[in-house]
Amino acid sequence: MARHAVILFFSTNYAIWASDELKRAGIPFKMIPVPRHLSSDCGACLRVEKADTGRVEALLKAQSIDYDRCEDLPASQ
Amino acid sequence: MNESAGGRLIIYFDNAATSFPKPPGVIDAVVHFMTSAGGNPGRSGHPLSVAAGEIVFAARKAVARLFGVANPMHVIFTANATTALNLAIQGITRQGDHVITTSMEHNSVIRPLVEMERQGRIILSIVPCSPEGIIDMRALEKTVMAETRVMVVNHASNVAGTVQPLVEIGAFCRKRGIILIADCAQSAGIIDISVEEECVDLLAFSGHKGLYGPTGTGGLVIAENFDASRLSPLIFGGTGSFSDKPVQPPFLPDRFESGTLNAAGISGLGAGISYLLDAYPGGLKGVRVHKERLVNCFHEKAARDLKGYIACVPAPQVKTGVVSFNLRMRSPSEVARILAGEYGIMSRAGLHCAPLAHRTMSTFPHGTVRFGFGIFNTEEEIGIAVSALKAIEERND
Repeated sequence: MARHAVILFFSTNYAIWASDELKRAGIPFKMIPVPRHLSSDCGACLRVEKADTGRVEALLKAQSIDYDRCEDLPASQ
Repeated sequence: MNESAGGRLIIYFDNAATSFPKPPGVIDAVVHFMTSAGGNPGRSGHPLSVAAGEIVFAARKAVARLFGVANPMHVIFTANATTALNLAIQGITRQGDHVITTSMEHNSVIRPLVEMERQGRIILSIVPCSPEGIIDMRALEKTVMAETRVMVVNHASNVAGTVQPLVEIGAFCRKRGIILIADCAQSAGIIDISVEEECVDLLAFSGHKGLYGPTGTGGLVIAENFDASRLSPLIFGGTGSFSDKPVQPPFLPDRFESGTLNAAGISGLGAGISYLLDAYPGGLKGVRVHKERLVNCFHEKAARDLKGYIACVPAPQVKTGVVSFNLRMRSPSEVARILAGEYGIMSRAGLHCAPLAHRTMSTFPHGTVRFGFGIFNTEEEIGIAVSALKAIEERND
C-alpha cells in the first residue's frame, strides 16, 4: 500500500501557494519534481502522507487553490 | 542627503519618477535572489527554481495584502505600470466601446486610448477636471452613453499630487456596469487602497515609485469578483504551464505572465512593500503624514522666502508628496538644470509625460518644476532647496 501521495498542479504558482498553506496548517509535505510516471504541466508537485490526503484536498478546496489531481505514489518512489 | 557615485552630496527630490534611495532590505532581497535563489520561477522542479518561485509568491502575497485582495493569483506582475495599463486598456476594450477618461491622465493612459480611437476601435471621451486636478462628477454623469463600457482614471496626479475621489467614481461605475481601471502608479504605497471597497475592477501599480522596489517592476491587480476571462492577454508565450497545448492557459496569473519574470526585481519589490507595511513607523499612514509635513514645510518656506514662487496647487490638497511650482521669470527646465548642476538637487522639470494634466492646470506648454518627496527626505533638505531656489531667483543671468 502506498505511504505517500502526490498533489499535481497545472502551474508551479499553485504548487507554491499550496505549500505555503500546508506549512501554515502544519501538514507535513515535500515539494518534489513530478515523478516520471506521472505527467503534469508543472515541474513541481507536493508529496504528502497518504493519510493526510483528505485534509490536504479539503484545505486546497477551502482556499480555492486549483489543482490537477491527487495520485498515490508507489512505495519505491 | 545621499552621496552620489562621485562622492558628492545630493538631495533627491525625484521620487515621483522613481524612488531613491531604496530601503536596505530591498537591496538585500535583490542580492539574495541573485546569489542564493536565482532559478527561473515556475519553470522547473529543482530547488533553485522553487526558491525563486517562493520569492515571487511572497511578493505576490504582499501586493495582494496591500490592495486588500485575498487571492494572490489575482496579482499579475508586469515590467511597470505602463505595461499593466496597456494590458488593462487594450485587453478589456472591444470594438465600438465608449471609453471615458479624465483630463489629468498620464501618457501611459492617454496614448493607448488615443491610438485605439485613431484606429476606430473605441469612442473616447475626456472628462474635465478642476485646476487642482479633481474630476467634475456632473460632467462625468453627462458623458455616459449607452455604449460606455470602460472608465480609466488616474488615482493620484503625478503633476498636482492631488487624489481623485476613487470611492465615488467606483460607486458611479459599478452602478452603471462600467468597468473601472485605476492608474495607481502615484498612489500605491501612500494611500490606502482596497480594490473591493473602491469598486475597482483592474488596478495598475508601479513597483519602483512609492513601493520602493527596483525599476522594471509593476503590475495589474484583478478584482476577485471580476471575471478575468473578459480580459485578453497582450503577450502570448511560455508560462511554464499548459506546455502541451498551443494556446494560452486560462488561469491566473499564468494567462498574463508569458516570458520569464523580473524575479530579482520582484524580490526587491516584496521587500519594499514589507518595509512600508511592517517596518516604516506608522505604515502607510506614517508615509502620508511624513509627506504632508514635507509638502507643508516646502510651501511655507517657499512662500515666505521666494518672491516669484508660483505654487500650482494649495498645500492642503497635495496628498502624495508631489509639488509642482514655478519661479517667475525662470523656465522650469532652467531651474531644474541649475538645481542639479550647481546644488546637487534632483528634480524633474517640464510636462512630466502628462500634457493633458498641464493643460488642465494652465501650465502647458512649459510645465513646472516638480519635487517628489520620498520617505527618506527631511525638512533640512527642504531648507537647503529653498535657499538654492532663492539664490537662483536672485541671479542676474
